[in-house]
Amino acid sequence: MESLHALFAMGGYAGYVWPAYGISVVVLTAVLAISLRQVRRREAELEQLQGARRGRRNGAAGAGS
Amino acid sequence: MHRYANPARFLRLAKAILPYSSGLAVLLLGSGLWFALVGSPADYQQGDSMRIMYVHVPSAWMGMVCYVAMAIFSAMALIWKHPLADLLARATAPVGAAFTLLCLVTGSLWGKPMWGTWWVWDARLTSMLILLFLYLGYMALIDAFDDPERGSKAGAILALVGAVNIPVIKFSVDWWNTLHQPASVVKMGGPAIDPSMLLPLLLMAFGFKAYWVTVLLLRGRAEIAAQKIRVLRLAQVHASSQGE
Repeated sequence: MESLHALFAMGGYAGYVWPAYGISVVVLTAVLAISLRQVRRREAELEQLQGARRGRRNGAAGAGS
Repeated sequence: MHRYANPARFLRLAKAILPYSSGLAVLLLGSGLWFALVGSPADYQQGDSMRIMYVHVPSAWMGMVCYVAMAIFSAMALIWKHPLADLLARATAPVGAAFTLLCLVTGSLWGKPMWGTWWVWDARLTSMLILLFLYLGYMALIDAFDDPERGSKAGAILALVGAVNIPVIKFSVDWWNTLHQPASVVKMGGPAIDPSMLLPLLLMAFGFKAYWVTVLLLRGRAEIAAQKIRVLRLAQVHASSQGE
């Protein structure tokens, strides 16, 4: 308990140390989350486009024969 | 076909590397945070405030490493028209900008208790702020053209011209009188820092590198998907205009 209190107090520099670590966690997590969402969204869109293309091609081949 | 040959290999490589780079990032940053906040002694002069160093210094290194990588990728894209190089330069910029921003903010939070000021217009701080503006300018420029290839070209030239700033940052503490302390880790004669403090610093530094690789691979995949979507959309428009 004592040591936990000391950890939070940061020798009187809590107001500087914790915000520094806090903002680092927030910014790096945000960049990772945005990148992940972008990958998922674009790869899903690509999948859909390619699927539509294949479907059209198959349909066209069926109609032609 | 040249456009697809390399990205296909990149996608395979990205898939293979991603679990390792992300796992490594979690391990290194987890242990690094523990040593930085709990498992290392406070500085005898600066007390616990110097724990900010364990995020500040690796962020500064990454801000510069990402920029150098971006400039090299840009040069490769300009000289050899390598499509993957352009894509990696684009993917690196936001990560470099994030680390540069963190370097500035954590430096400010460290400067207030130690120097008595959030900010001074000295050589090291100012050149680092210019680095942030270079990243932001690059990101704005590559998306400012209707033709993405023209955007890439303009961005690559900006990245290369801006590379002049990197040695200025590195040597600013030697060339000018500044409030910022000179290098104490990467210098002639080995690091002038106690091993108990070097350990968390290196864990965080390599953790940030693993994080960068992870995000770079993810963003690279997103860029490749975007490129393919563009090609397919164009083909669609072309096909429908011929069909009429």
